[in-house]
Amino acid sequence: MAVLDTAVDGAVAPRPQRRLSNVFWAAAAWIAIVVLAAAFANFLPIQSPTDMDMLARRMPPDAQHWLGTDGLGRDILSRLIFGARTSLTVGLLSPLIGLLFGAALGMLAGYFRGKFEALAMGGMDVLLAFPPLVLVLAITAYLGQSVLNLSMTIGFLSIPPFARVARATTLSLAQREFVTAARALGATHARILLRELLPNVLLPLAAFFLLAVAVTIVVEGALSFLGLGVPPPTSSWGSMIGEGRESLDIAPWLAFIPAGVLFLTVLAFNLVGDALRAITDPRENAL
Amino acid sequence: MSSGPLLSVEGVTVDLPTRRGMLRAVESVDLALLPGRTLGIAGESGSGKTMLSRAILGLLPRRARLAGRVAFDGADLTRLDPEALRKLRGRSLAVVFQDPMTSLNPVLTIGRQITETLQEHLGLAGATARARAAELLAAVGIAEPEQRLRQYPHQLSGGMRQRAVIAIALSCEPKLLIADEPTTALDVTIQAQILDLLAREQRRRRMAMILITHDLGVLAGRTDEVAVMYAGRIVERAPTPVLFAGRRMPYTEALLAAIPKLDAAPHTPLQTVAGRPPDPTRRIFGCAFAPRCKYAVEHCRYEAPPLAGSGPGHLYACWLPLPAQHVPA
Amino acid sequence: MLGYVGRRLLHLFPVLLAVTLLTFLIASLLPGDLAVAILGDQATPEKVAALRGQMGLDQPVAWRYLHWLGDVIHGELGRSFRTGETVLATIGARLPVSLELMIMAELAGLLIGVPLGILCAVRQGGSLDRLLTGSAFGMLSVPAFLWAILLIYLFAVELHLLPATGWVPFEEDALGNLKSFVLPALTLALGEWPVLMRVLRSDMIATLQEDYIAMAKAKGLRPARILLVHALKPSSLTLVTVSGINIGRLIGGAIIVETIFALPGIGRLLVGAIYTRDFIILQGVVLFVAVGFVLLNFAVDMLYAVLDPRIRHGRA
Repeated sequence: MAVLDTAVDGAVAPRPQRRLSNVFWAAAAWIAIVVLAAAFANFLPIQSPTDMDMLARRMPPDAQHWLGTDGLGRDILSRLIFGARTSLTVGLLSPLIGLLFGAALGMLAGYFRGKFEALAMGGMDVLLAFPPLVLVLAITAYLGQSVLNLSMTIGFLSIPPFARVARATTLSLAQREFVTAARALGATHARILLRELLPNVLLPLAAFFLLAVAVTIVVEGALSFLGLGVPPPTSSWGSMIGEGRESLDIAPWLAFIPAGVLFLTVLAFNLVGDALRAITDPRENAL
Repeated sequence: MSSGPLLSVEGVTVDLPTRRGMLRAVESVDLALLPGRTLGIAGESGSGKTMLSRAILGLLPRRARLAGRVAFDGADLTRLDPEALRKLRGRSLAVVFQDPMTSLNPVLTIGRQITETLQEHLGLAGATARARAAELLAAVGIAEPEQRLRQYPHQLSGGMRQRAVIAIALSCEPKLLIADEPTTALDVTIQAQILDLLAREQRRRRMAMILITHDLGVLAGRTDEVAVMYAGRIVERAPTPVLFAGRRMPYTEALLAAIPKLDAAPHTPLQTVAGRPPDPTRRIFGCAFAPRCKYAVEHCRYEAPPLAGSGPGHLYACWLPLPAQHVPA
Repeated sequence: MLGYVGRRLLHLFPVLLAVTLLTFLIASLLPGDLAVAILGDQATPEKVAALRGQMGLDQPVAWRYLHWLGDVIHGELGRSFRTGETVLATIGARLPVSLELMIMAELAGLLIGVPLGILCAVRQGGSLDRLLTGSAFGMLSVPAFLWAILLIYLFAVELHLLPATGWVPFEEDALGNLKSFVLPALTLALGEWPVLMRVLRSDMIATLQEDYIAMAKAKGLRPARILLVHALKPSSLTLVTVSGINIGRLIGGAIIVETIFALPGIGRLLVGAIYTRDFIILQGVVLFVAVGFVLLNFAVDMLYAVLDPRIRHGRA
């Protein structure tokens, strides 16, 4: 089988250095568009996302409603844009919480080692062994569904992964010469952590942050899809898809338009995060 | 069975495309080996000796370009279709690699790695195959062979592993065995044992053998003919006693001098060959060894000496060959 | 070998304990009076006080936790105040559904991912490899519920081949039962296979460059045998890890998928327990899920030893 010859190649020419490809820029552009649209939603010349028009339900696109209307006569385009707000708010806030607390915890654990590390990482393991959705559902069920509650809970749950990444990076960095040199020069722990380690840990964490954004958007979308995320009438891509599910047989686009937008956004964040990770961590294997 | 050489390598050249350009690993190599005889190939790392063995076996990397002809047992290996070549390998043509720790699959038992060859080429199966495998292990000097069959490579010592590899190689009664640095990864104390084992099995089975090494000392007394390679070319080739006593090419002389002598005075510094082999991606003008040769003259740097002979079967590539010496008969 | 087993178990115990404590705390410290919620319309101050005494709700949290822990050790997970069923019975009724989903999903994911992973590794760098790896990446960005919608649309709405929701017990209607799992399992599998494929491909590419593969070729073995016997086994460690972790996650009930397809599994049990404040069920199920997860990790560790004999004998 000739194919096997390719595999037994001892001297395979190494892969060329990947420059930031066109796909990367397209993804970055999409993210920019979505973020800008969400931020300036109030100023855009679009309909209100909550105005219902029961006479014009599930209409195809026309001059008034550029993407048509949904099951309750609301303008799809504007709901998409305001939905972007929801998704991005949760999508950016939660990983931020994870980043701030997780990075701090992970760096301290990786730097000081010993009992603190064991305790911290043990705590992270506990959180990881806990079925995550259960916590989110419990909090939202008992404390109410809101963007803030959702963001805080998901954020809390994202602390362990960030802590792990931060710790791993810190562990490998703490052995390097520039840390030993700083210590030899009499630098305090705080100084070493902030001036030497943090800048180097930040880059892999940034890549991980973007990937976490993608995951969070998915989680929020899934919860809203099930009606367990943000409460109506706030629009969210997930809830739009959920509502669209009712009319799959007569108006499938009601579900698929927001689905497409959600997919593209998640894909874009994944692409950008992956590209960043490829730059900071050359091992191809890391998922 | 045709008369004449079992293996005939004619004008084999191997080129490898790399980032820095075309790498010429082997250049115009001619060799011949009669059935039952042993050929030694000696050279430093990077001399092309391993690439040559891969070329003979048809195991070159996909991107490699092979020119020339390799005739084995009447067939041209370079023109054979992959399936026919596969049937030859392991059966008529066997190989022993350098490091038995990496050439044995760590997750398969020793027994499996022997019986699968027996199954593939000889159609043996089940208990018959296992019995034969145990016989083979015993033949190569491994005690308690039945137990060893069930063990994994990491449970055997380095020497035993190499013996197992040899057992695998010999399992289908090959006509030619290529041993690529078979003892380099082993303890010095084991090296002689393994070499003796190879020599013994070779005599018993009337097998032809190619012994590849960087250590000329290994080849003394164990080979019929020796070819010395440098920078992808053969620079000297002669029957073994002739080479050891009457080497003509300065590189060979340097290699011989590098062998530690048992009877040298204590604290005698080990002789080395100064300098480094040339960069194989650059075309070489003149003799490749000239930069490191203490006898080199201007002419050596301009024109590459051809491999030509004087005495019977003695070829060397040098403009200023060392004086011919009396060779004991 | 025993030492290896023992060490792994010891490591996971404290984690287990902490998880249960966390659940207990969440269930207990949340607002709203449980007794009031249970009694509903019939809540009078006397009845509430009586129920609280009966349930032990007036005792301190620590006492209640230890009491519960003691029960657990005796195999008593409690009895739901809502349904009157024991926790074990409830779990027992739901478990087969989740298990069936879990197994079918992971199998499907492996069935797609493994051959593709091998294919990509063998044809590394070629156009097929790039296409598959790119698709895998893209597919990773599709959330499970999107797959669900897509599949439901294709197979249920358009083609009318499979049911969109609903579940039939196996004993009643075997074919119907299997059919009701196809879409849910496929939904999960479509999210699984890209990861499995990438992991296997990566490990296999590394393995194929090893000397023992060159040796296998030199022995004249058939290419299929070299791939499947010599190359696959050493490359499957990460694959097994990831598979195991994924199954472990699914033990928590693939909540989203179960909800969308209306499968009566553990996931929906959990969700129901949260909303009806049936904290006995909640604790019991979370404990069960955590134990399952832990045991699965353990099984994965054991599988390592089977796959790589070097680990078995204490050297890696």
